[in-house]
Amino acid sequence: MSPAAPLSPSALGLNLAASEGTTGTGPNIRTGRLANGLEIVVIPDHRAPVVTHMVWYRNGSADDPVGKSGIAHFLEHLMFKGTATHPQGRFSETVAELGGQENAFTSNDYTAYFQRIAKEHLGTLMGFEADRMTGLVLSDAVVDPERDVVLEERRMRTDTDPSQQLSEAVQATLFSSHPYGKPIIGWKHEIETLDRRDALAYYSRFYTPENAILIVAGDVDFDEVKRLAEDSYGRIEARGEAPVRRRPQEPPPHAHRLVTLADPKVEQPSAQRVYLVPSYRTGGRDAMALEVLAHHLGGGQTSMLYRALVLEQRIAVAAGAYYMGTSLDDTRFYVWAMPGEGVTLEALDAAVDGVVAEVATTLAEAGDLARAKTRLIADAVYAQDSQATLARWYGAALTTGLTAEDVAGWPDGIEAVTAEDVRDAAAAWLSKKRAVTGFLLPEAEPGSDAA
Amino acid sequence: MTAYAATQPVSRAATVQKVRSPGGIEAWLVEDYAVPLVAVDFSFKGGAAQDPTAKAGVAAMMASLLDEGAGDMDSEHFHRALDDRAIEISFGADRDAVSGRLKTLSRSVDEAFDLLRLAMTSPRFDADAVDRVRAQITAGFRREAKDPDALAGRGWREAAFPGHPYGLAVRGTAETLAGVGRGDLVEAYRGALVRRDLKIAVVGAIDAAKLGGLLDRAFGDLPATGDLVAVAPVLVAAGGRPQVIDLDIPQSTIRFGLPGIPRRDPDHMAAVVVNHILGGGVFSARLFREVREKRGLAYSVYSHLSTFERTAIFGGGTSTKNERAKESLDVIGQQIDELATDGPTEEELDKAKKFLTGSYALRFDTSLKIASQLVNLQTEGFDVAYLDERNGMIEAVTLADAKRVGARMLGAGPLLVTVVGRPEGL
Repeated sequence: MSPAAPLSPSALGLNLAASEGTTGTGPNIRTGRLANGLEIVVIPDHRAPVVTHMVWYRNGSADDPVGKSGIAHFLEHLMFKGTATHPQGRFSETVAELGGQENAFTSNDYTAYFQRIAKEHLGTLMGFEADRMTGLVLSDAVVDPERDVVLEERRMRTDTDPSQQLSEAVQATLFSSHPYGKPIIGWKHEIETLDRRDALAYYSRFYTPENAILIVAGDVDFDEVKRLAEDSYGRIEARGEAPVRRRPQEPPPHAHRLVTLADPKVEQPSAQRVYLVPSYRTGGRDAMALEVLAHHLGGGQTSMLYRALVLEQRIAVAAGAYYMGTSLDDTRFYVWAMPGEGVTLEALDAAVDGVVAEVATTLAEAGDLARAKTRLIADAVYAQDSQATLARWYGAALTTGLTAEDVAGWPDGIEAVTAEDVRDAAAAWLSKKRAVTGFLLPEAEPGSDAA
Repeated sequence: MTAYAATQPVSRAATVQKVRSPGGIEAWLVEDYAVPLVAVDFSFKGGAAQDPTAKAGVAAMMASLLDEGAGDMDSEHFHRALDDRAIEISFGADRDAVSGRLKTLSRSVDEAFDLLRLAMTSPRFDADAVDRVRAQITAGFRREAKDPDALAGRGWREAAFPGHPYGLAVRGTAETLAGVGRGDLVEAYRGALVRRDLKIAVVGAIDAAKLGGLLDRAFGDLPATGDLVAVAPVLVAAGGRPQVIDLDIPQSTIRFGLPGIPRRDPDHMAAVVVNHILGGGVFSARLFREVREKRGLAYSVYSHLSTFERTAIFGGGTSTKNERAKESLDVIGQQIDELATDGPTEEELDKAKKFLTGSYALRFDTSLKIASQLVNLQTEGFDVAYLDERNGMIEAVTLADAKRVGARMLGAGPLLVTVVGRPEGL
């Protein structure tokens, strides 16, 4: 569960993966559905006798009721507290005894649970996971210490880290109405009030077969997975329909906003710019162009930002861009930079503006465009090397309104992006009035002379 | 019992070919055509332990510069050549080694090995690249200057290994890097990038004959040997009163540790099992149960057993609000004492062995992970057969072994403790 951290682009979120590499040797992915509505995705990978078993729910922090921020994430923790059939600890102990690994994560749009294990234990895990889709039992005795655990998690991730506090403030500013503005883990004062009843109410609303996606990647085939799923998840009664996600949408932004956080614990300043842009679901072809744009503008050492700010002007030690396209509603496009010594954030920000203006008004050179696309499409091949990565990419796509066909067609969509598309996407979406700029600055300790 | 016996592959060792190139360079190869890529992992002896004290960080900085310009290409051109074909090459240094990784689509494997050769045999260390990389690493230090994890890790390491290279920061400090010049970088490069003690593993869509030629191309021009200084063996220093590093934050970050059991010690596998029972990454670990689940003291609490060429560390950590820091540390200390005194139960031992043997396969599920495992084995001096024998070594740990080794490792005296924050009661 990592809210966006613009200074570590790799931690920003999930990209889309493709099921077919450019060589046509990609895995043979199949999808299906049980009678109770549970969706199934099977990603065969026969290189090792192991499987990744995941259940994704189409609800995340953006579906937290007003005043109850953090409930999606808190419930994720509480899902390990046992059911009527399997008391607390039995599921986890079984996974460990079978040599498996397990965890769970919560994001803006989804919550997911997974285990990685030798393939012959898949049926056993499905039995446990299906059981906790409806059988969760909670008492105050287990809920109360777990709330303290979540508060410690928040202290560890955010309350001790000024750069995370700035990111939280930037998101809250960018999304004035949409719940993406709330932190995934929740606001501290709201976490403190979450209780057993809140968790169970949320659980009964969202943890249903119609709202879930089963993803199995590894040394399995579709028919085998479907049969095992029918024996486990298939026994859960349908609710009749999937829960509806009703979220207030963001109005068109009209004003650039600057958010500044100064703290004595900051010694290295940094700047981030976050634009409100369409996602893969809301943006269609624009999203493909934004993906290529992000790579051309700020993907690594051959990108425009690195070349301009780090190599040529020598005012930054690092700079980059990232598009968080896998998102149910309108989403974020990040540009970030870290100044060299003696460079002000204002000067750095002006230089960033210059590069963004250039990409919005001039066409990328053919070689630069081809390089960005080659890199992105190769990532889809590299992703096939990891069944867990592929499973996560499909899960993130399907819980944010996309289909398996969208994922499979992604490399073709990237290939079709033209230099005009990239320029036009920059001109349309990287407008400063759509953005929040965040400055992280040092501050003198009270009573000290340091600048 | 039968449940996990079935998970054992016929022989993982049998999937590994030992390739010897025409020029005499050895590599372990796992040939696999399921995905059209080739992954390479390799390691040279050396690393940060070779850094002169006044130049701490020079090995890591040298490694960062290998892909910043080579042959007739400056940094920008070199990176463009990589990105044009989506080739990924990276170098790094840790305590005892300088290592590298390569990942390429199989259709670009020739170009990838050529770029690798250039980076390793003719790095330029251009003045502008040296200045830029120094500025980048130094900015990283400033970012971490008040980071509780970084401060706790550094404080503990310095207290554990005073006067020894293992006590220095792998990446050095702003002060030591300021004194690193091109000559220092070249010296570090010449000491480490040699064929002696080079370990290589390759996984992916390539056969032994093809790989043999590429190995000679990439590694064949490296000199046979270089100069390394001897690193003295060292033990984690004795503990005592917790060292507190003041930082105005609401949470205390705690690191603790004791001498570990080295890799080649006959008790090593028993120590792995005991550590797993105490603080391994499962929900049933004693520290997780007592610190997190029962008391809600922390989100993260763990222990680990880490081995290096010249030392071994049993260590661990947690983060807990300042008001309850003493309570957390007391609970951790009590759990360690109990395991040292009474040993694990038969049931705990059985479960730990099932997890450790059953989950071994999960370390081999991507090409880069397999390559990394195979290089580690070579570096530690094991043969391919270890891949099949390792689970048997875990199985062979008896309750008497676990009790004895628990007492030896966990009963070795007061913990060495570093706390960052404003802990109450310490």
